[in-house]
Amino acid sequence: MSTTGQMVQVEKLRTGIPGFDEISNGGLPQGRTTLVSGTAGSAKTVFAVQFLAAGIEESGQNGVFVTFEESPADIRRNMGSLGWDIQEWEAEGKWAFVDASPHPGEETIAAGAYDLGALLSRIEHAVRKVDAQRVSMDSLGAIFSQFESATTVRGELFRIASALKEMHVTTMMTAERTQEYGDIGRFGVEEFVADDVVILRNILEQEKRRRTIEILKFRGTTHHKGEYPFTIIPGEGIVVIPLSTLELRQKSSDVRVTSGNAELDNMCNGGFFRDSIILVSGATGTGKTLLVTWFIAGGAANGERCMLLAFEESRGQLFRNAIGWGVDFERMESEGKLKVVCEYPEVMGLEDHLIKMKAAIDEFQPNRLAVDSLSALERVSTVKGFREFVIAMTSFIKHKEVAGLFTSTTPTLLGGTSITEAHISTITDSIILLRYVEMFGEMHRGLTVLKMRGSKHDKDIREFTIDGEGMHIGKAFHNVSGILAGALTHIPPGEMERIGGMFQDSGGGS
Amino acid sequence: MAKIKLTLYVTGQTPNSQRAIANMQRISEEELGGEYELVIVDVLERPQLAEDERILATPTLIKELPPPLRRVIGDLSDTEKVLLGLDLQVAPAQSNYVEGGD
Repeated sequence: MSTTGQMVQVEKLRTGIPGFDEISNGGLPQGRTTLVSGTAGSAKTVFAVQFLAAGIEESGQNGVFVTFEESPADIRRNMGSLGWDIQEWEAEGKWAFVDASPHPGEETIAAGAYDLGALLSRIEHAVRKVDAQRVSMDSLGAIFSQFESATTVRGELFRIASALKEMHVTTMMTAERTQEYGDIGRFGVEEFVADDVVILRNILEQEKRRRTIEILKFRGTTHHKGEYPFTIIPGEGIVVIPLSTLELRQKSSDVRVTSGNAELDNMCNGGFFRDSIILVSGATGTGKTLLVTWFIAGGAANGERCMLLAFEESRGQLFRNAIGWGVDFERMESEGKLKVVCEYPEVMGLEDHLIKMKAAIDEFQPNRLAVDSLSALERVSTVKGFREFVIAMTSFIKHKEVAGLFTSTTPTLLGGTSITEAHISTITDSIILLRYVEMFGEMHRGLTVLKMRGSKHDKDIREFTIDGEGMHIGKAFHNVSGILAGALTHIPPGEMERIGGMFQDSGGGS
Repeated sequence: MAKIKLTLYVTGQTPNSQRAIANMQRISEEELGGEYELVIVDVLERPQLAEDERILATPTLIKELPPPLRRVIGDLSDTEKVLLGLDLQVAPAQSNYVEGGD
């Protein structure tokens, strides 16, 4: 560092790996070597290959792949399934392999002092040949096992890293570690490329695998801290989900849209806001799917595009139930106003669900999105993973200025909250509670608007009924209290009048 | 006796390379008795040859003939190991137990 008193900015190279450039504040430090460390099966090779693939595809930068472990033939074949045609890039002079993988049956005997000058010379040759700006070396553990002297190998790797720096090449080296939380790597490799360290993890949490990426350090430059979930998608590769880099910057609209039910619109002082997120919470059978159905019907009637993500019922069930309530989903779909996506939560991890949802939303560009139910997704994730998922999804649809209606099933019939609500209630703009109300041996349904940001709303808990034409919201339960707590008490009419007189009815109601 | 074909890969004028060349010439004369062909390749000048042969360490000595193909790395200062590594019949004073290597 010869410059004194002058700020030397560490330049970053945008990797093109989705989400990684966000958590790294712009990419990998340019012209330096970054160590990527991870246990077996933590997707180190995919990351190393994608670093080059994204360079070729996104920014026209060529790459050299130095493989110490798998043969080039294996890498070409294994990465083909992720949508990368390495063979074609090789033919076009965009990709070059340096094959340093061990060959079975060929033993090498050491007779005196040696260095890895030939390897360095081959890497330099390959970099010049394809005019590479990126180099990936995968993985260092394998070269340590090929040579007896770890000290020599360590020194030589340092020499290679320095030589690549001289050539202004941005390098990624992968290394194995034995534990998810512990030493950065074996063989002390972190000592010579300690400037920049990225850790990949594949953690087993409550019987579920969760992949995360963490930038441990970037010397002299900024990055986001902590672990970020990522997933591997066929045809795309690694997709990092940059949670805490999400910004609360969405616009806010005061245009009202209908909930699909005139009485509910009245309770909400004229309808939901166009880009708000509404949570509908209730026990099983309280009418959540009905509310979803009418939310969609209301949107479609206004010429809006609607999307329904269903995790509890099949298409057939949903369509049949909707017909029963007088809503024809089939016709809406054929008119292009509706897209219904039905999926079992268990088919994939939450990260994959999130990415699939985003892709579906990007493709269909809906004005309204309903998720029935969000709490079904709790089953396939850990509490932490679920919270991250909810935040990422709500933030995404808010940016898209889509009205979102999510349902959440409460575990108890009377009263109660679910984990979903605990995580989502502060993010949502409106909460509608659906509750069973037990009155003299009969079950009634109650609905109330618990909160509505930026708007007046009806504070009553109203009875609502379901028939062949949908839902009807009636009068308030004036002689019952404790509905929300699930501990009902009936107040005699005489008492009601007395209390009413005391407070001088403020003229609510509809 | 079949002709011995050897290739020695070195990197320029580094001490290891210079020593390897000197040691190889000595071993050839003393142990192989002239029945050999030795090619010296400087990988700094011919990196593609190193790539084709997948050479990592320098110096590397490869015995192509007679089969089997054998590789020895290092400055070749340990004559016994070089001969063992090349799997070549050695002078009668040596033990006949040369199978494998270590």
